[in-house]
Amino acid sequence: MNLQEFRELTYNGLWKQNTGLAQLLGLCPILAVSTSVVNATSLGLATVFVMALSNLTVATLREFIPHEIRIPVFILIIAALTTIVDLMFNAFFHDLYLVLGIFIPLIVTNCIVLARVEAFAAKNDPLSSTVDAVMMGLGLVWVLAMLGAARELLGAGTLFAGIEMIHPSLSAWQIFPDDYPGFLLAILPPGAFFTLGCLIAAYNAINSRLAARARKQPPATLTAEPPATAEAAGAS
Amino acid sequence: MSTDQAALRTSSRTALIMLVFSMIFTALMAFTYDLTLPAIEASRLETQQRLINEVLPPDSYDNDLLSDVLLLGPTPELGLAQGGRIWRARHGQQAVALIVEARTGDGYAGEIALVVAIHSNGLLSGVRVTAHQETPGLGDYIDPAKDRRKDMPWIGQFAIASWKDVDTSQWAVRKDGGTFGYRTGATISARAVVGAVGRATAWASARQDALFSAPTGSTFGAQP
Repeated sequence: MNLQEFRELTYNGLWKQNTGLAQLLGLCPILAVSTSVVNATSLGLATVFVMALSNLTVATLREFIPHEIRIPVFILIIAALTTIVDLMFNAFFHDLYLVLGIFIPLIVTNCIVLARVEAFAAKNDPLSSTVDAVMMGLGLVWVLAMLGAARELLGAGTLFAGIEMIHPSLSAWQIFPDDYPGFLLAILPPGAFFTLGCLIAAYNAINSRLAARARKQPPATLTAEPPATAEAAGAS
Repeated sequence: MSTDQAALRTSSRTALIMLVFSMIFTALMAFTYDLTLPAIEASRLETQQRLINEVLPPDSYDNDLLSDVLLLGPTPELGLAQGGRIWRARHGQQAVALIVEARTGDGYAGEIALVVAIHSNGLLSGVRVTAHQETPGLGDYIDPAKDRRKDMPWIGQFAIASWKDVDTSQWAVRKDGGTFGYRTGATISARAVVGAVGRATAWASARQDALFSAPTGSTFGAQP
């Protein structure tokens, strides 16, 4: 893996093929946990961890996995790794586990994990697969964090509520005055759809502006390069 | 014939590989489970003690509370289909308080598990939710860790209530004409907890002496 490939994987994961904004995969946790920044970010990071481990495992073992049964084997690997992460959290980060407990097993159902395994790790070497998983995961994390921040701010008038469960010395920010009545819709599932819609609209607006600028100017290096991983990442 | 044999060979080979993968990853999970079990058990006990300290001041009793346990068979009054536990706090020979496990299925999603600490004079000492699946950010204020009002958490109002002082018909959320508050938009969770606490308090107060005198570790109400 060279620097060029690393940059491409980073750009793909964080922006171009962002799981939350472009691929629209993994909507289950987006709806379920993006009610606050802390919830959203914590589960996002746990997902990154499972994704990195699954991609690493599958890329390492890919020679031994027959094509016909690859999906059951992938799911077996992902489910086993999620269970292990779940147990590890329970044993060594018990307080964090009490917060995230019911959401950790849901990582298995997040199709983005299987999507990266099937589209990337099954065809690439372990190192690039791990980088791909981390970048794709971080792309999900920042979208989840923005979504959580917007919903928490609108719904409750705070930011980082619950952060003292991660470390007792930290405390939440009260952004709006104490008598802010709260906007319930933002916290409810429809609020997740509305906020995600606004984020996608902003994402598309930025993209079309960038494209318009690129047409006017001589093509930048990133767009001029042949998209080596785009075809692999777009599948599934 | 030869294609049949080839197909047979392929399918037995893939089946074997699938089996090997299942065995390896099941072994990995079993290994992790064994490895983490002591740590999980220790954190569970620590969490339990911390929880009990929240509902009952640790200096109000001097016995080894976690060991002075009474087992319960299935008890519908407490919502315990699988049975549960009662811890007994004593100071010397003096009965101090009962800490009763209770569950309710009246919540918005799944069961809510509670511990209720009741002083021997019938006054509630405190209530905590130990497990629930209420909507995050909405109904989960029944758990003080998720409650946004840190200065006056919702669950704190039980600390001043007593079964003797509150009339049975008043043991409900204000929306139902009762005496307990709730948060707008999520009445169901509060209603479930209030009801379960009321039933647990009534049940424990009615058989307090028997509960305190039953031998440690025995199953309460079981025929000897």
